[in-house]
Amino acid sequence: MANSQENPNYYVPESSWYPVGIAAAVFCLILGLGNFLNDIKSGGDGSLFMSLLGLALIFTVLYFWYGTVIRENESGIVNTQLKKSYVWGMGWFIFSEVMFFAAFFGALFYARVLAVSWLGGEGGKGITGEYLWPEFKPEWPVMTNPNPELFPGPAENMQAPSTASAWAKYLPLWNTVILLSSSWTVHMAHSAIKNSKRGAIKFWLGLTVLLGCIFLVLQAEEYIHAYQELGLTLETGIYGSTFFILTGFHGFHVTLGTLILAVSLYRVFRGHFNHEDCFGFEAASWYWHFVDVVWVCLFFFVYIF
Amino acid sequence: MRKIGQASGEHKARAARGLTRLLGAGLGLVVMVVSGLAQADQLNMPVGVTDISRQVYDLHMNIFYICCIIGAAVFAVMLWSIIQHRHSAGYKPAQFHESTKVELAWTIIPTLILIGMAVPATGVLKAMYDTGGEDMTIEVRGYQWKWQYKYLDEDYNRTFDFFSTMSTPQAEILGQSAKGEHYLLEVDKPLRIPVNRKVRFLVTAEDVIHAWWVPDFGIKRDAVPGMLNELWAIVEEPGVYRGQCTELCGKDHGFMPVVVEALPQDEYDAWYASQLVAEKVRAEALSKTFTAEELMAKGEGVYGTFCVSCHQANGQGVPPVFPALAGSDVVTGELKGQIEKLLYGVPGTAMQAFGKQLDAADLAAVVHYTRNSFGNDVGDIVQPRDVVAVKDGE
Amino acid sequence: MSEVVVGHDHHDDDDHHHGPAKGIARWLFTTNHKDIGTLYLWFSFAMFLIGGCMALVIRTELFEPGLQFVDPEFFNQMTTNHGLIMVFGAIMPAFVGLANWLIPMQLGAPDMALPRMNNLSFWILPFAFGLMLSTLFMEGGGPNFGWTFYAPLSTTYAPDSVTFFIFAVHMMGASSIMGSINIIATILNMRAPGMTFMKMPLFCWTWLITAYLLIAVMPVLAGAVTMMLFDIHFGTSFFSAAGGGDPVMFQHIFWFFGHPEVYIMILPAFGIVSAIIPTFARKPLFGYDSMVYATASIAFLSFIVWAHHMFTVGMPLAGQLFFMYSTMFIAVPTGVKVFNWVATMWQGSMTFETPMLFAIAFVVLFTMGGFSGLMLAITPADYQYHDTYFVVAHFHYVLVPGALFSIIAAVYFWLPKWCGNMYDESLGKLHFWLSFVGVNVTFFPQHFSGLAGMPRRIPDYALQFADFNMISSMGAFLFGFSQLLFMYIVIKAIRSGKPATGQVWEGAHGLEWTIPSPAPYHTFTTPPVVSDSNAHN
Ligand code: HEA
Ligand code: HEA
Ligand code: HEC
Ligand code: CUA
Ligand SMILES: [Cu+2]
Repeated sequence: MANSQENPNYYVPESSWYPVGIAAAVFCLILGLGNFLNDIKSGGDGSLFMSLLGLALIFTVLYFWYGTVIRENESGIVNTQLKKSYVWGMGWFIFSEVMFFAAFFGALFYARVLAVSWLGGEGGKGITGEYLWPEFKPEWPVMTNPNPELFPGPAENMQAPSTASAWAKYLPLWNTVILLSSSWTVHMAHSAIKNSKRGAIKFWLGLTVLLGCIFLVLQAEEYIHAYQELGLTLETGIYGSTFFILTGFHGFHVTLGTLILAVSLYRVFRGHFNHEDCFGFEAASWYWHFVDVVWVCLFFFVYIF
Repeated sequence: MRKIGQASGEHKARAARGLTRLLGAGLGLVVMVVSGLAQADQLNMPVGVTDISRQVYDLHMNIFYICCIIGAAVFAVMLWSIIQHRHSAGYKPAQFHESTKVELAWTIIPTLILIGMAVPATGVLKAMYDTGGEDMTIEVRGYQWKWQYKYLDEDYNRTFDFFSTMSTPQAEILGQSAKGEHYLLEVDKPLRIPVNRKVRFLVTAEDVIHAWWVPDFGIKRDAVPGMLNELWAIVEEPGVYRGQCTELCGKDHGFMPVVVEALPQDEYDAWYASQLVAEKVRAEALSKTFTAEELMAKGEGVYGTFCVSCHQANGQGVPPVFPALAGSDVVTGELKGQIEKLLYGVPGTAMQAFGKQLDAADLAAVVHYTRNSFGNDVGDIVQPRDVVAVKDGE
Repeated sequence: MSEVVVGHDHHDDDDHHHGPAKGIARWLFTTNHKDIGTLYLWFSFAMFLIGGCMALVIRTELFEPGLQFVDPEFFNQMTTNHGLIMVFGAIMPAFVGLANWLIPMQLGAPDMALPRMNNLSFWILPFAFGLMLSTLFMEGGGPNFGWTFYAPLSTTYAPDSVTFFIFAVHMMGASSIMGSINIIATILNMRAPGMTFMKMPLFCWTWLITAYLLIAVMPVLAGAVTMMLFDIHFGTSFFSAAGGGDPVMFQHIFWFFGHPEVYIMILPAFGIVSAIIPTFARKPLFGYDSMVYATASIAFLSFIVWAHHMFTVGMPLAGQLFFMYSTMFIAVPTGVKVFNWVATMWQGSMTFETPMLFAIAFVVLFTMGGFSGLMLAITPADYQYHDTYFVVAHFHYVLVPGALFSIIAAVYFWLPKWCGNMYDESLGKLHFWLSFVGVNVTFFPQHFSGLAGMPRRIPDYALQFADFNMISSMGAFLFGFSQLLFMYIVIKAIRSGKPATGQVWEGAHGLEWTIPSPAPYHTFTTPPVVSDSNAHN
């Protein structure tokens, strides 16, 4: 409908093939992934072709979709009310992400505080441990599982060290520093936009993306260390399970965040964003701050305590 | 705008009178129906044979009556209004739409009613949680799809145990023969307990979650694999009490009844002593040498109890999920392979590790039976010691 | 009323205004909230029939004792898929469809806030449910672990198709979250000038709160199924005590989602009934403000009662007591709602068209379902009720004559607005009476079989339950086939039927009644003026 630039009305877009496109692509991704996993489980080789195709399709459609949104925005047909809808949309999306992580944190707390102590013969249902698992000691991180034959425990864990010199070599600490500073740099980029300093935007945003990448590299390094040297894997019982699911999904979100920031950077080079209108960038930076806050919680509850 | 209760005085009086009458009639009807229902035991919760079950029953009836009364009142007002305040009767609508006083009343009064319900409920719950001081302890373990009862001594060591499996024949289920009185609620070996003793149950499971329920005792608890729950009951009347597994546990969830026989103390003691003797015999069988006929007979029994539900009476299984044993390479192949399958199961499938549930004599018998039935014809004789050898060989 | 704002919306200067595209492209690519609402509604109706057919399979098998028609394995798949499809495929999408149709019209907004995403939320669903239904044909069969999919039955012991089930749940979750974000953004941001929060129709209020619940709990469900996926494929031990986890942990996470979920299925119903009763009582809704507060309290409480589904898992006493008290307390705000509806009817001037009949049946039968809920909340008594047909009776009373009746009432109520024609009133009344009788014949006896000790999710039962099951099965067929009449009535109204006026119902208030019937393809492209006479009361 309202396509003319002067129209004060709310902009309702024309019909569009993007949504069905994405839905179909997601279907392709998921069907492929499901077949892949089931194939592997029953001892086959599994092929990721279909899911990769789906992923590629998703990115393709998204490319067009966001392209259209950006064009609409640049051409000025998006009024302030619609921009506010985007703001609400992003805000509530982040809230849903918070709840997604809440599920995993909930699992961590439940396991640590309740399940492990009950299995270890303590607390309200301690009889469980006394009778069924007399050998099992309640401790966190759990190094020997209730049934060590089915779930051999890790050799070492990722818990924060006690000596200062060890702290200096402790990757999660450096990752915290990196992510916290990236939150700051992204904030600097935002100020730069508000002050219309194009050069500074590129600098700070570029730095943020770089920090994100460094974080990911270190995280990968840490995983390799865990798998190869500490014997800490997904299969080593509840400690490994909670550790990897929390840090893993966080890492996945950092990857996404870095990608979105990289796109923003690209858009800055293309001359997008100005001090009045930079919601695309702001959304990315909120997401980044959110990922950062999750990390801080992780750092405290997964690594330190 | 008119507030509630500003209707004309005469009208109000008439409404009030009619309403009271309606309320009275409704209430009378409800009480009649309800007390009728409460008596017919197929319609209501059993009163049961423990102090707890009776308390639960009273609680249940009391809340039920309260709900009925509130319901009757609310619906009567509605009905009155539907009949009286009809458009077709020319009734002119009032325009009131709020009244803080009324709103407060119907917030506070239900709250008080709820508190009135919560107090006795708390009492009963506390009584149920009063574990300890037990006279004896039995471990109840759920399997797909049977119960294992393990009698424990003071130090929680096993004295003897047995499995309790549904005994209703397949023919009755499939409608090929008439259904017996206790259709689906009968087992080969019920749990036996003495009356007037505090019996403590430790409930757990081997594979998936089950739930152990005896309605007449007023107790139900989930059997969670790897976790333990405590329950207790003091049964006051001898008798046979029937219940069922109440947590979906797979294909035969509907076919794992719980049957408990409460015996007078002397009968219980006699039975208990006989079980101890049987336990000794069983232990001795492990080193015995059986004849082929003995093995076939024993094996058929074990197969009928433990294997039919999946592999079927004719050994054809339900492919692809449950493979046929008739003509199976494993069954007709090397002995050791089959014994291992039975001892350790196939992880990640429904084929469980029977090494924990069956002793060497039973295993030998069932292996022998499967190797020489359903058209399988291996011919060798399998002895308990063969099984022990495989077990120790690991 | 109708004299107020009509005319603002038709084609003033804006000649870009055009109707819908032609053919299938209209439905695939649409960004129009009315089209999307229609898609949702038809989709959910199709799912209702499919889920209903599964219920009929269940009821046929349970018609008499013994195994007659299906084997236990398939029976479990039917129970599971019936629950899943009804909850996620029928009830929830139907409410989203109604929200799409109504919220923009009730708020005076031109469309939903994020129209393209709106279409995406819908089109994910056919794929998700296609995937889920296809698992029934896979080797090893489809999901057979109940709609609550407790671990480890749904992990270690599940058929392979569980992987696809997990992904299907992920997709439904994504759809719900996007749909809810859209609804919240619309309500917060798209109200016409003068449409203050406390002037919004209650349907918007209840949906606003529902959407909030959805965004809060769907991701938790996603987390739960993700942990399942890891336990199944990557060797983790979240739900295995052998590795330091706990199967009961699954239940806590599931019900943290699951209990708010059941209110997600009832709060919009409260909104619908709060629109219908005042209309046909020709009297403003009693206690609008307290309705809003009650809804909010129910939503808040719904987060702290989840373990009432798990009274028998063996929690410490303090936990049991906490969850018992908090659950019981929900009766207070819910009671406020019931009393408000009755007070609205009191001294009204009532007529009993089909929507009103369904709404009144809703109030009565939902309240009965609420009472049985309250009984379930009493922990010691729940030990006896849990996982028996008493629970089945409870939740069908709140879901079928509750949620489903409200949806049917809504369709009758707003159908003339959507398609421009009146439905056939006498057929509508017939449909009501058949449904009313059918639903009670089906589910009332289940209270008795439950109390007498019949467990749920069993394909065969002991002889003492035979009579009630037979009655229940007959009721199910009556109720089920009456719904074909509903389909007939709706299609008939769409194709022919007496043209409806703009206001449709004599007592109707609100912006949607100020526009012509059928509602133009685009409404309120210029915001309407909200006055007291076209606000909710
Ligand atoms: C629309 C869905 C819906 C709704 C609204 C409700 C409403 C309620 N439910 Fe229900 N429930 C389900 C859907 C729903 N439920 C489902 C699907 C299940 C089973 C899940 C499964 O296991 O598969 C379930 C199971 C379930 C259980 C678990 C049973 C078990 O498995 O053992 C419990 C236990 O507490 C419970 C309680 C309640 C309560 C207290 C309410 C309250 O909200 C009801 C409040 C209403 C009233 C009380 C009536 C009106 C009030 C008055 C007139 C005021 C005055 C009244 C008094 C003071 C008494 N429900
Ligand atoms: C959310 C809503 C919802 C709705 C609307 C219904 C509707 C119905 N439900 Fe169900 N039900 C659940 C939610 C719902 N249910 C849930 C959550 C469970 C728990 C699952 C679990 O334990 O995991 C359950 C479980 C459940 C059980 C227990 C199963 C068991 O424990 O083993 C039973 C048994 O009677 C049952 C019956 C019915 C019936 C008869 C209807 C009827 O109202 C249905 C009427 C509709 C029809 C019959 C469709 C009409 C179609 C036709 C007439 C065919 C025409 C054909 C074509 C055109 C193709 N349901
Ligand atoms: C709960 C179901 C269940 C029960 C009970 C059960 N089995 Fe099995 N059984 C299976 C399944 C499933 C497999 C297939 C495992 C696999 O995928 O290899 C199997 C496999 C086997 C095999 C290997 C067959 C082959 O060809 O691979 C043998 C032998 C066997 N079972 C014997 C028995 C005996 C003897 C009993 C009773 C003591 C028994 N089973 C009880 C489910 C069961
Ligand atoms: Cu065991 Cu159900
Ligand atoms: Cu609940």
